[in-house]
Amino acid sequence: MSAPPTAATEEKLTKKALTADHPTWCPGCGDFAVLAAFYKVLEKLQYPHEKIVCVAGIGCSSRFPYFMNTHGIHFIHGRALPLATGVSLSRPDVHVFVFGGDGDGFSIGGNHLNHAARKNIKMTYVIMDNYVYGLTKKQTSPTSPVGFKSKTDPAGSIDRPINPMKQLLASGATFIARTHAAQVKHMVDTFERAILHDGFSVVECLSECVMFYEGSFDDSTPRKGGVFETIDESQHNVQDDIAAYQLADLPSPGKFGVFYQVQRPTKNALEQQWIEKTQATQNGQSGRDLLRRRLEGMR
Amino acid sequence: MSQSAAPTGASERTLRNAVIRLAGNSQDGIQSIGGILARLAGRTAQDVMTYMTIPSTISGGPSIFQVHLGSGEVLHPGDESDVLVAFYQHSYDSHISALRQGGICFYDSGEVTEVKHERGIVHIGVPFTAATVEATGGSARDRGKNIFVLGMLCAFFQLDREKIAGILARQFGRKDESVLRNAMLAFDAGYAYPVGDHSQFVFEPGEHLDDKRISSDGNTMLAMGLIAAGVRYGSAYPITPWSSIMEILRTELPRYGGIYVQAEDELAAVSMTIGAAYAGHLAVTGSAGPGLSLKMEALSYASMAEIPLLVINVQRGGPSTGMPTSVEQSDLMQAIYGSHGDCPRIVLAPQDVEDCFYIALEAARLAREYSCPVIILSDQALSSRIEAFSEPDLQKHWIEPQLDLSPRAEDFKPYPLDAITRHAPPGAKMAGKYPHVSGLEHDEHGHPSGNARMHQRMTDKRRDKLVALSKSLPLPEIHGDQEGDLLLISWGSNCGQIKEAVNRLRAEGHRVGAAHLRHLHPMPAGLDRLWAKFKKVAVAELNDVGLYGYGQLATLLRAAYAEPKIHSICKTDGLTFRISELVTRSEKLL
Repeated sequence: MSAPPTAATEEKLTKKALTADHPTWCPGCGDFAVLAAFYKVLEKLQYPHEKIVCVAGIGCSSRFPYFMNTHGIHFIHGRALPLATGVSLSRPDVHVFVFGGDGDGFSIGGNHLNHAARKNIKMTYVIMDNYVYGLTKKQTSPTSPVGFKSKTDPAGSIDRPINPMKQLLASGATFIARTHAAQVKHMVDTFERAILHDGFSVVECLSECVMFYEGSFDDSTPRKGGVFETIDESQHNVQDDIAAYQLADLPSPGKFGVFYQVQRPTKNALEQQWIEKTQATQNGQSGRDLLRRRLEGMR
Repeated sequence: MSQSAAPTGASERTLRNAVIRLAGNSQDGIQSIGGILARLAGRTAQDVMTYMTIPSTISGGPSIFQVHLGSGEVLHPGDESDVLVAFYQHSYDSHISALRQGGICFYDSGEVTEVKHERGIVHIGVPFTAATVEATGGSARDRGKNIFVLGMLCAFFQLDREKIAGILARQFGRKDESVLRNAMLAFDAGYAYPVGDHSQFVFEPGEHLDDKRISSDGNTMLAMGLIAAGVRYGSAYPITPWSSIMEILRTELPRYGGIYVQAEDELAAVSMTIGAAYAGHLAVTGSAGPGLSLKMEALSYASMAEIPLLVINVQRGGPSTGMPTSVEQSDLMQAIYGSHGDCPRIVLAPQDVEDCFYIALEAARLAREYSCPVIILSDQALSSRIEAFSEPDLQKHWIEPQLDLSPRAEDFKPYPLDAITRHAPPGAKMAGKYPHVSGLEHDEHGHPSGNARMHQRMTDKRRDKLVALSKSLPLPEIHGDQEGDLLLISWGSNCGQIKEAVNRLRAEGHRVGAAHLRHLHPMPAGLDRLWAKFKKVAVAELNDVGLYGYGQLATLLRAAYAEPKIHSICKTDGLTFRISELVTRSEKLL
């Protein structure tokens, strides 16, 4: 279980305290709602302000850290997860949040997703999936549906898109959920569960790009005539990966909520155990003495 | 081969130097006995330098391990050998020509059937395999024949038997008891094997009377230096010849409370390392040339975001997969200029095994002080070469890592224009706004900025800190003549070789000097003062002369100083410089 929210800190974490620059996203972008939902969750959890770290790679959604008044780092395309891994493993005292889009997570950084998942690195990763490359103005993304017309596929995309839920299941992520930027309450609840999960938690959040893929999620947006159907956990066992796989296989728009959640030791904990086990045999020698003895062994 | 090496006649009583070349296959354990001889040298106040070639095959293949033992200073691993130990016919055929006139060849008489009696070479056939099998109890396996040979050499050179036995006990004692017993049986059999009276092969007493001498290889000493420098985190991906450093760090860092992560690829490795650095730790990644190429985008980021970071590149023969187990120094340009954009960073190269320890400390100090990436360019020759030297004094050379989580004042700026960046890591309370670390061009607060003037000012800032470093670096000392006809310049593992070449050229009456550069980017300011009193300069480096006729460092020096008297002595045959090569090629410039 993750460290429980700290009850009393000197500073109350409010939306105002968490707000930094005004987002540079286009008016109507789904990411505004994701940011608003994230403020709400942090207000609820009340972690110490200085212990919150926001990490991102490259893309529209990856500008996220600039809009949060927290420790933040805007890294290179596709490598947000390994950077966050370095932070998470070397600083067990901080809460690591990673933000990015479908290009960052499933294309240029696809390999890192597999490995962060299988190693179960303690962090929460929010993928704002808009099925298109928006920052570079409409090229095909790894989640663009077949037939999607873009500047790199003027006749329509011919490549089968990635199914994020299936990929995450196969790679061994211990918390996998799907939510929707037009459903604020669902987002807030899902983010909270993801953050409280002790391990690698991933939330795919459908977030519409109104400039380059307008209407992409109409089929899951009730006010556009779609259906937003959540997972009924009285019927779905979140520890059953086969059931989760079947849920992930539903045709668009599919279902929303927690697909899969299991407890498995994090790499953070396993590394810490190894450190403790190793140090237990050293009789409290200082680092300097340890190295001195190591060098003496070369005489 | 040095004239001073080995006895010149049976009448001579003692040896100052001897080069022993062990030639066999890579699984025969010749590295292991070569390492024991090198360690013995360190324990008997002698100097030593070793050299090895390794096949890049998965198992087997011809391999050599050469040990140059000396009572005085040993600057190079030796061109020709005084003693050849040939385990197979192919070993004999390949290496007999590298045995000096009048040298001694021990060969496995069960394997080597044809020997050439020429150049006064003394051939001594010994059934290494059969005698080992007999000594260790008659199983048909020849494991231990390397130890048999060690025993034989120990008797031949009248080396300190007790000390060798002690090293063997330490090396094999941790394994199954029978392993040590068999090793000692093989050793004693080799020691007792009659190879005739060669009582002239006795070393002079060693001159290194420091009782705290250790012997080790370059990769190990880099890892030890990193630990002493306070490095506790990092990540890497396995690649020859870097891997042994990450293996040591993975095993040792937990003792010091740290973690070394094996990443899924080079991109993740450098990114995790930057993550640990951003989190407030000094962290290290490393690789060989191909892996350094993969890290380049992130290294540009670290320059832009001004993140202190250590990167080790153990160079090997390139380009591409190239010659993974051979030496080359062809990554200098890549290390300095390999990334996109103008991204100043520091590049250093250790000069010998001992320096691997100290350069790690210096790199760590510079990374912290200048808040930028520091690349250490080692190479394959240094990575596996064993040398003996004084044990580092940890009272002087030890940095306790510190995580600075002190609260930062209201006016904190991550990227001040008038000072070097000092990041506030996560966990530090901010009285003002929280900092954003950014790879976008940014203003002093870390806000993205497309302002042309700001980009120029920030470019100036990132460059000028290293210009300031350049001015603070001392000029290298000149070995040999302080003025004359030729100044040889080297970097990396060639340091000892050019000094030895200068010694020989001066003995022939030439006026020559040698200077070695450890700081390759920035270089010390005012290098032209170094060569002002020499008619010509030649840069000896293990890379190609390229399209314009100059090696990589020579090209940089010519570009920086517009100095036409700078020449190149380059080669890329996968081997280190032989002294004779350097002498001959220098003479052409004299």
